[in-house]
Amino acid sequence: MTATTKPPSALVALTRNNTFLGFMFLLPAAVFLLCFLTYPLGLGVWLGFTDAKIGRDGVFIGLDNYKALASDSVFWMAVYNTVLYTFIASVLKFGLGLWLALILNENLPFKSFFRAIILLPWVVPTVLSALAFWWIYDAQFSILSWSLIKLGLIDTPINFLGDPNNARASVIAANVWRGIPFVAISLLAGLQTIPQSLHEAASLDGATGWQRFRFITLPMLTPIIAVVMTFSVLFTFTDFQLIYVLTKGGPVNATHLMATLSFQRGIPGGQLGEGAAIAVAMIPFLLASILFSFFGLQRRKWQQGGQD
Amino acid sequence: MTINRRHLLGASAGLVAAAGLNRFGLTPAFAQAAPTYKPEAGAKLRLLRWVPFVPAEEAAWLANTKKFSDATGVEVRIDKESWEDVRPKAAVAANVGSGPDMVMSWFDDPQQYPDKLLDVTELGTYLGGAHGGWYPGLEGYAKRDGKFIALPLCAIGNAIVYRDSHMKAAGFSEFPKDTAGFLELCKALHAKGTPAGFPHGKAVGDGNNYAHWLLWSHGGKMVDESGKVVINSPETLASVKYAQELYKTFIPGTESWQDVNNNRAFLAGQVSLTANGVSVYYAAKKDPSMAAIAEDMRSVNLPIGPIGQSVELHQASTLSIFKHTKFPEAAKAYLQFMYQADNMNAWIEGASAYCCQPLKEFAANPVWKSNPIHEAYAKASGSLRPNGYAGPLGTASAGVMADYVLVDMYATAVTAQMTPEDAIAQAEKRANRYYNV
Repeated sequence: MTATTKPPSALVALTRNNTFLGFMFLLPAAVFLLCFLTYPLGLGVWLGFTDAKIGRDGVFIGLDNYKALASDSVFWMAVYNTVLYTFIASVLKFGLGLWLALILNENLPFKSFFRAIILLPWVVPTVLSALAFWWIYDAQFSILSWSLIKLGLIDTPINFLGDPNNARASVIAANVWRGIPFVAISLLAGLQTIPQSLHEAASLDGATGWQRFRFITLPMLTPIIAVVMTFSVLFTFTDFQLIYVLTKGGPVNATHLMATLSFQRGIPGGQLGEGAAIAVAMIPFLLASILFSFFGLQRRKWQQGGQD
Repeated sequence: MTINRRHLLGASAGLVAAAGLNRFGLTPAFAQAAPTYKPEAGAKLRLLRWVPFVPAEEAAWLANTKKFSDATGVEVRIDKESWEDVRPKAAVAANVGSGPDMVMSWFDDPQQYPDKLLDVTELGTYLGGAHGGWYPGLEGYAKRDGKFIALPLCAIGNAIVYRDSHMKAAGFSEFPKDTAGFLELCKALHAKGTPAGFPHGKAVGDGNNYAHWLLWSHGGKMVDESGKVVINSPETLASVKYAQELYKTFIPGTESWQDVNNNRAFLAGQVSLTANGVSVYYAAKKDPSMAAIAEDMRSVNLPIGPIGQSVELHQASTLSIFKHTKFPEAAKAYLQFMYQADNMNAWIEGASAYCCQPLKEFAANPVWKSNPIHEAYAKASGSLRPNGYAGPLGTASAGVMADYVLVDMYATAVTAQMTPEDAIAQAEKRANRYYNV
């Protein structure tokens, strides 16, 4: 019993101190975050305030990059495109993804097979699917144009990537195709956590299918929706590969997103500072969508189908 | 007698021997001024180059390198990067002060970090004197303030390729030499349902080639000698209006074309006239099913505009040595070796008309006569103009081209998204952001 009488050493005391122990357990994660997230992000923000070129340190120039961007029509075009792209693609992905999840949640024949196959667009590397779409949208060899011409519906190939609005619609369609599986499978997982008994009870009370969806499925699913859509919006907003393969931002910048413009100016163009400034200009939008999901979609009242 | 590869190789053996003598101080009479560089003991070199477009070009380069290593004992490691990645990698190497000793880079890259590059004026001047002189356009990329900071390596020639039978069917017995006649030809081709097509999309190579030709052939230029943006000029307006007329004759969809689209459309018989490197010919030649197209294919330089001379951008490459190299003498010896007539000739031949010589003497290379299709590409170095013409080269000229300012100017106007005047004004504004810092 000597151990109990001996006063605990400083080290032992420390290990018994919850605050200290907690700190120690957090330390590796904190160092990791600091080195690989905070530092690059901070560096990016700093670069945005300099006139750094590739391989040459810049000097601090304050808000000059942002002032220049504010009067740059190409930049505003990219902002407009990014918001439009994200909004339309996210809404479509959500609607179609939810619909697909609801269908897959029913008792279908070959259910597992369909669930597996749904994931394919998500599993294929983005660049590969983008290259496939590039051929599908080709100005001369598009399979869609070819089929429609053979069917006698049109005379000349559709100018998928040449006309600004067609090009926007085309890249959004490609993005939606790619993004649906993520939304559908995640929502399907959420759907399966909803107890069957609730639906049974509602059915006994005479609720219609729509009412059961509106007052049971949707409220129970909201937390999942919040998380899934936050991710989906973030992925869409920062999309790069699809655009870079399909159009490189053309025709005449009609599909340039902030991410692609940032790359074009920063790396091939060598204007690292300005590229960083464009990337930093994405942060407010991203932050807004995250805050919306945290403070909006996760509210109890909303989740329970109520209003503020 | 025609000089073939075998003759060249035979001759080169003799020259290698001469080069070997050279290193021992027994300078042959014809090369009085040749500088001698004695590689440092234990020297090792690293060269960063672009991924080759033609396998035989790389093979020739490696064979020359091996000869150099065998003769001097200097090991040369060659790293390859895709051509768009060479710029950032080289810039970082230049500024960090480590990495490759030499770089084979594009366009005005050496002008981005001139103070980080070894002065090779002695070698450059000697090579120019010994081999009939450098082509001025290429020299412009390599020289700064009268000093060589790089050695011009080659121009990747761009030329019009067209279907001879389609041109004849359109009522032209020979290819028009000037821009006015060219427009008539494109109109006639369009009427026959065998249209032309040039990329108005974000095609790094072909799009810029076409846009710069439009501008320069009409006498427009982005900046003047002092770097002042002068794109907003009557000449530019004329070129935009010309581009609008030409665009009407194109196959639909060219505003979405990237670098490979014109090749694809041409090889599939969808367009009968476009501009490209010689690679499109070899793509047709290699494929037996395209024998008819390869047979029917002709090449010609882009027509001459109101300024009365042939001017084009092409792609240009240079070789430079970083100051941070530990073995500057070995690096210079390596470059000198690669530019020796036999070695350079073997390399140019290996590239089968893809790489056009930097020095006038090599215009006699048999590769240019070996196939009529090569002939137009032989003139690339002569008609080449640096991308930032007529101003100084550097980050501004590089930025303007990488941001597609000129390509966008023509594309907005031809697709009627803006009037020519507005498109030019916008290009002026965008260019000013790079030139007015």
